[in-house]
This record gives sequence, structure tokens and C-alpha cells, in this order.
Amino acid sequence: MQLSRPARIALRAAAGLGFAFIYVPLALVLVNSFNRDRSASWPPSGLTLHWWSAAWENEGARAALWVSVKAGLGATAIALVLGTLIAFAVARHRFFGRDTVSFVVVLPIALPGIVTGIALNSAFSTVLEPLGVGLGMFTVIVGHATFCIVVVFNNVVARLRRTSGTYEEAAMDLGADTFRAFVDVTFPLVRSALLAGGLLAFALSFDEIVVTTFTAGPGIETLPIWIFDNMTRPRQAPVVNVVAAVLVLLSVIPIYAAQRLSADTATSSRI
Amino acid sequence: MTSLPQAVGRSPVRRLAGTLHRRPRLRLSLLLTAPLLWLAVLYLGSLAVLFVSAFWTTNSFTSEVVKVWSTDNFHQLLTTPVYRQVILRSVGVALAVTLLCAVIAFPVAFYTARIARPERRPLLVVAILTPLWASYLVKVYAWRLILSQGGLADWALKPLGLSGPGYGLVAAIIALTYLWLPYMILPIHTALEQLPANLLDASADLGARAGRTFRSVVLPMVLPSVAAGSVFTFSLSLGDYITVQIVGGKTQLIGNVVYSNIELNLPMAAALGTVPVVVIVVYLLAMRRTGALSSL
Repeated sequence: MQLSRPARIALRAAAGLGFAFIYVPLALVLVNSFNRDRSASWPPSGLTLHWWSAAWENEGARAALWVSVKAGLGATAIALVLGTLIAFAVARHRFFGRDTVSFVVVLPIALPGIVTGIALNSAFSTVLEPLGVGLGMFTVIVGHATFCIVVVFNNVVARLRRTSGTYEEAAMDLGADTFRAFVDVTFPLVRSALLAGGLLAFALSFDEIVVTTFTAGPGIETLPIWIFDNMTRPRQAPVVNVVAAVLVLLSVIPIYAAQRLSADTATSSRI
Repeated sequence: MTSLPQAVGRSPVRRLAGTLHRRPRLRLSLLLTAPLLWLAVLYLGSLAVLFVSAFWTTNSFTSEVVKVWSTDNFHQLLTTPVYRQVILRSVGVALAVTLLCAVIAFPVAFYTARIARPERRPLLVVAILTPLWASYLVKVYAWRLILSQGGLADWALKPLGLSGPGYGLVAAIIALTYLWLPYMILPIHTALEQLPANLLDASADLGARAGRTFRSVVLPMVLPSVAAGSVFTFSLSLGDYITVQIVGGKTQLIGNVVYSNIELNLPMAAALGTVPVVVIVVYLLAMRRTGALSSL
């Protein structure tokens, strides 16, 4: 389409504003972590590194980070196993209800978090509590794994659809049994999809707050819950600022890793 | 081929492999048992119980759930003015966020897909994706900082004699737009990138100016992607209650009302929770007619 010069300039300007809208808030979070004041008034009266060391010493934030990492690893491990199993079933078999299975997998992230949250909460309290298992790390991991399955499933099923089953058949013709073909042929084919899916699952779990609110007992505080509880407390604001800045900086890691992994998983997998 | 005579005496692993190979149904049920137990029994089971409990009531003195079938909750939901207002406001917010996202996303996507130099485009796509990985809470917190009293918004609008909107409904709409914008940019970018150049040339050859080409060629081909993006912006906004708690001031959306009912009246919370689910399902069905879902 031959656009006139003014139209081009207008589109460039609008796109520039759009990118500014995307990045100014993130930049503000970074700058604000050096803010000397406890208030967020702009411009800051002065800059300091003091709050970074204060945040490093903060026991609550550290403990919450550790809880988040543990919950994320647990949920990712479960999601990797279950998501891969469903992906193989859906991609390599034809069976009644196949579309329903793919639909049910998506449901936990398609429905509002609060619906999933209260559903799991009342199920846990009616089924688990009589057994003596209260809400805690275990229920958080179960809740997170439920909505993490879909990202692993999406990545692996996309990979399996692009690589036909002929490689495995060739391996078997050459004498490999089912397990051998999986280890030597199938697994290497899906390895990077598993990595991408695992990374996404961990990121999703690490960032989750709604389902966590309803599945964590009183003693369990993940990093998002810690941030949410502390952001309205003026005394804690500077430490929250630093934690927020660290999370913005950390978000570069998955982007970098996703770029290193194959292109099909990198661009669209977060959706 | 464990059935052949020479295979007798092979290791049990090898025999198991053979059995699995010859019985696809067995293989399938081994693959599906664990995940289906998890998703169907644990997850769908919990959801089903929740929706059944929407038809129970609560003893208003003891807050105990009374397991007697009644449609009181839904009747209350549709007749109480407060609930009706909250539902309409939530749908309005979700639509406003979707519209804002589409308006902001279009020029950005047009730039990244057709105007920017081709070698820069992959980097620009990464630039759109990066904020998706930044924590949800941090992004809302950023808007809490920007819109705080004397914050960046007040400072930027001061020369114009204005002040920022402060915390409230507008702030909630802005923050939600910010959160879900990449979900709108990406599908539009993909659609614009795949738009065949010869269609645009043909339109120009037939005498259409840029504006006419845009209306008659570009827009109809991009609309399904806008619809696809809107599925995310709409449903994610409709279920949200955290953002509203952080920047919404006293604003109440469906999520907040569900949240405030959980402790004292779980059946009512469950009934309220069905509202966003039903609205989202209706929205999905409407969008399916545009062909949006196949391009997800």
C-alpha cells in the first residue's frame, strides 16, 4: 500500500506513543527503586542504593522468593509429565473425545482465576481437611500445576504435529523397541519444546496470585502475595520497589531463553 | 516382535515394549489415565461442585451452607440493583479495555509489520513480547506509582493545567489495557504481516487511495485477528479483581463481589462466579462466528 508521507509519519508517531505506553511504566519501576523518598512523587528528590541493600536483607521477601521457587518447580514438574502425556495421546492417537480433552486442558486458564481458585479451595477443604491435610505448599503446587499443564501441552503438541511419526517408525524398523525409539528419537525431537513449555509453566506459576490466594494456607506466602500484602504499607514501599525492579530485570531471562529455543515456541507460546 | 519364537526369553522390558506397540488402546489409556484423573476428577469435579453449590443457600445467622436446592441466588443476582450495576459495569470495563487495546494496538502492529525495516521486525516483536514476561503484579504496581498523588501522571499533566485521574474506574481501565495490550498487538501484527502485497497493489491499480484500500482490503482481512485478540482482552479483564483492588479505589467489579462473598456466603459467591463464565462463553460463541477462534 502506497502511504502518503504524512500518513507514514502519523503511523510512526502513533507507534512510538504505543511503545512509550508499553515501556514508560516498566522504566518507572526501575528508576523508582533508587528513589530516596518513600513516596512515589515525581520527579524523585534524590537517588540512592540504600533500598537495594535493605531489600537484600529483607527476610520476608527472601522467604517469599524461596516459597515461589519451590512452588514453581513442583508445579512445573507435574505439568511437564501430565502435559506431555496428553500431548502424545492427542497428537499420536485418534480417539473418541479427543477435542474435548484439548478443550479441558485449556479451561483452567480460560476461566477467571477466581473461579478456579474458589472451586479448588472448597474442594480441598471438603476432601483434604478431613484427611488431616490442610492448605499449604502441597495445595499451592496442585493448584498451579492445574493451569500450567496447558502451556506444556501446547508446546509439545505443536512440535509433535510438525514431526510426523515416521521417524519413530523408521527407528522401529531398524530394530528399536517402543522405549528405545522414545529415548533415541522422539525425546530429542521434543526436548526443546519441553524446555520452552517448562520455562513458561514456571513463569506462569511464579507470577500467579489469584489461585495462590485460595490454595495457600495462612503460613504460605509466595512472592506475588508478599508484594500484594506489602505494597500498601508505606514503610515497606521502598523494598517493594526494589523487588518489583528485580522482577522487571528477571523477565529478560525467559525472553533470551525463548529466543535461543526454536522459533515456533519463542514467539507465540506465551499465548 | 515378541510373538515370534526367537523373541521368547527376551528381557521383560523388551516384552513390555512389544505389548505396548501391538496394543495402541493400552498405550492410549496409559497415556491418558493420570492426566484425566487430574483434570477431570480434580479440576472439573471441583468446578461442578462449585456450580452445584450456587443453588444452595446460606443461613444468614450462622453463615452455614444449607444444602437445599433453590434458585434464590440467581433470582437475587438478577433483581438486586447493586448486582446488576456491578455486572453491567464489569462488562462495560471489559469492552472499554478491548476497544482501547484495539485502538492502541493497530498503529503499533501496522508499524512493526509493514513500515519498519524488515531486518528490524523480529526485534520489534520481541519488544512487544517482553512486557508479557514482566510480573502481572509489578505492571499494576507501576500504574499505582504513576497515578499516585504527585506521581508521574500528575507531573506530566501539570503543564496543561490538568491532574491525573487518581485511583478509580479510569485507572482500572488504563491498567487493564496496559496488562493485556500485547495479546491484541500480536495477532494484528501477524495478520498484517501475512497480508499479500499484491492485494494492496491490485487495490491501488484499480484506483483506490490509501484510505479506501485500508477500509476495503486491510480492515476486513485484519478483523478476525482483532476478534482473536479481543478474546484475551475481554475475558482477562472480566475476571480480574486484583487490578481493581490496587488501582480501582472504591470501584467494584464482578471479581471483587465474588471475593467479598466467599467468607460469608459461598453459594452466592459461586452464583456470582458463574456470571463471568457465562458471559465469556457467550462472547466466545459470538467470536467463533467471525472465524476468530481458528486463528488463535
